Amino acid sequence: MLRLVIFLASVVLWVHSSRSLSHASDVSAENLSIHGFLQANYDMRVTGQQPSNPQGGDLLFGEERFQLRLGYSKEKFRLFTRTDLFYDHVDNRPGFESREAYAEGTVGSSDLRAGRQILIWGVGDYLFINDIFAKDWGAFFSGRPVEYLRVPQNAAKLDWGTTAVSAEIVAIPFFQEDKLPSRSSFVQFDPFSGVARTTQQPAMEFQNTELAARFYGTTWGFDTALYLYRGFFRMPALQPNSMTAPTLVTETFPRLAVYGASTRGNALGGVVSAEVGFYDSLNDQAGHNPAIPNSSFRYLAGYQQQPWEDFTVGLQYYGELMFHYDAYRATLPSGFPSQDQHRQLMTLRLTQLFWNQTLRVGLFAFYSPTDQDYYLIPEVRYSISDNLWVSATGNVFGGRRTTTFFGQFGANDNLAVTVRYEF
Amino acid sequence: MKTLIAFCTTLPLILMTTVGQPSAAVASDAMEIIQKSQAAFFEAGQDLKARIKMTLMTREGQQRLRELTMLRKNFPAGEQKYFLYFHSPADVSGTIFMVYKYPVKDDDRWLFIPALNLVQRVAARDSRSSFVGSDFSYEDVSGRDVEADIHQVLRTEALGSRQTVVIESVPTREADYAKKVSWIDQVTFLPLKEEYYDVQGALYKVFTADEIRDVQGLPTATKRTMTNVKTGHKTDVVLDAVAYNVGLGDEIFTERALRRPPEKWLK
Repeated sequence: MLRLVIFLASVVLWVHSSRSLSHASDVSAENLSIHGFLQANYDMRVTGQQPSNPQGGDLLFGEERFQLRLGYSKEKFRLFTRTDLFYDHVDNRPGFESREAYAEGTVGSSDLRAGRQILIWGVGDYLFINDIFAKDWGAFFSGRPVEYLRVPQNAAKLDWGTTAVSAEIVAIPFFQEDKLPSRSSFVQFDPFSGVARTTQQPAMEFQNTELAARFYGTTWGFDTALYLYRGFFRMPALQPNSMTAPTLVTETFPRLAVYGASTRGNALGGVVSAEVGFYDSLNDQAGHNPAIPNSSFRYLAGYQQQPWEDFTVGLQYYGELMFHYDAYRATLPSGFPSQDQHRQLMTLRLTQLFWNQTLRVGLFAFYSPTDQDYYLIPEVRYSISDNLWVSATGNVFGGRRTTTFFGQFGANDNLAVTVRYEF
Repeated sequence: MKTLIAFCTTLPLILMTTVGQPSAAVASDAMEIIQKSQAAFFEAGQDLKARIKMTLMTREGQQRLRELTMLRKNFPAGEQKYFLYFHSPADVSGTIFMVYKYPVKDDDRWLFIPALNLVQRVAARDSRSSFVGSDFSYEDVSGRDVEADIHQVLRTEALGSRQTVVIESVPTREADYAKKVSWIDQVTFLPLKEEYYDVQGALYKVFTADEIRDVQGLPTATKRTMTNVKTGHKTDVVLDAVAYNVGLGDEIFTERALRRPPEKWLK
């Protein structure tokens, strides 16, 4: 461990010294950028409850992490890498993660970016309709910095634009599922408790390449976009080998198409946003297969305002309207918790900045009136200097039942602390 | 070679050598002077590129630095677009603020956060929001609708070596001050000093233009300071590499450019 710390400290020192040297070298300093951070991040469960055979006891997450961001650009060509090295105290082992690594070229008014990249679409705040890219909910629920909610994807992206309309077309040949909180760390609901599991990801075949497109522009002050996606659900659908006495459950990822739109702009003294999406469950459009999610219509409306200096309030209302609900109810195995036909969710974000914006106190709250569950994320973050910040984040879950999305995590309330030195 | 026109620091009253009463003609021109002042200070040239260094200082002397490139372009009917790219500090490096500024209605404002690759729309009240934690508000950075205040010429007087018109502005719409007094250079129309008073009538914020340079024939305040008299917090701003009429294209001021900033202009 000490060796790792010494190694990382020397890399930071080297980066600092080489940055000043690069001004004198052949490579122009403007074209080469070196940044990164050293970070410690620990997250403890505070409820006293644990799953059976917990992997890290009450330590849901704990690591020291070093990130190096290298960028190089020359005229119409650009390379960028974001690479993390870390020591994981839950698994007790060092690790390596490539967060981004891509090459990008410009031809005329088009850019082509190929490689590992992080993609974000839509106008929701922690609510995603047309943002169909992979998420890491385990990272989110355990108080990791919010950028780790995003799972990088290996993809090719074509970006074309004029001043009026732009388009992004993404091809993802390698399927990446959402990462859910692990069963060995988080106490959670499992409808097939104790049954062996296997995962069946879409095969890497040409016809399984996911395609996503976004057409967007700003008109009359409103950022408006249309979205198309053809690919797969990223949350696993559970397929038991027998409904009555299953011995094996297969996690599958049924085919999905999404057609959607969003808009966002100034109105009513703040910023309003709206987004809709039609989720077309291509493998079960009639809704007869209980192991495949039904098609649905999803919507959200949001409003954000600053009532006084350095204080911001954000509100969102989200809904999922399931199609073929009768077929869903008719085929749902007995004993399984049923989802509402119109699942709804509200969110509230409060942020107050103090001391020339160096101290941030915030709360993000999810509440579902249909699931009757909630998830609260209080946060305090202080920038000690331009390079050093420290934060404490809580994750508080609860609900009337332990079978709903947030309610199932009620035994996992946790508190995370993070210290980061940026360079 | 740029010419140094004047160098004013926060001037004690002793240096104000001549104090005169406003003539009727000058008094009726208060609005016109403010308009000319805004034009000289916020709208000079067709477009502007500048490297800006902000130093935020607490009363105790703790410093924080913000370094950014400002790209600004004027559009018809008083509309302006700003593209502000942050180079440092490290935790905001690559962050971009983009603002579409309109003469009367609320600005459209975007924020790009590179760590999240996320474009956000920002709800903010111009008058009250601090710009990146500094003592400057958004309005101090990009200007305020001249018709949002009632302007009145108080007097003419010398400030250091410059002859100024002193104008009092009282807001009729929401503002972070109850009264503002501006010393406006009679030749360049740049504000050389501004005093902001709160509702109790107490002075709380002072702006000074500490260095004026001639850039391509356009007088430019290249050093500025805003001091919060109440907290002792102070922000120094230095504009480097100022260039006007560089030919910024409209494509710079788009959502697409937030995700892929125009490196050519950011060096």
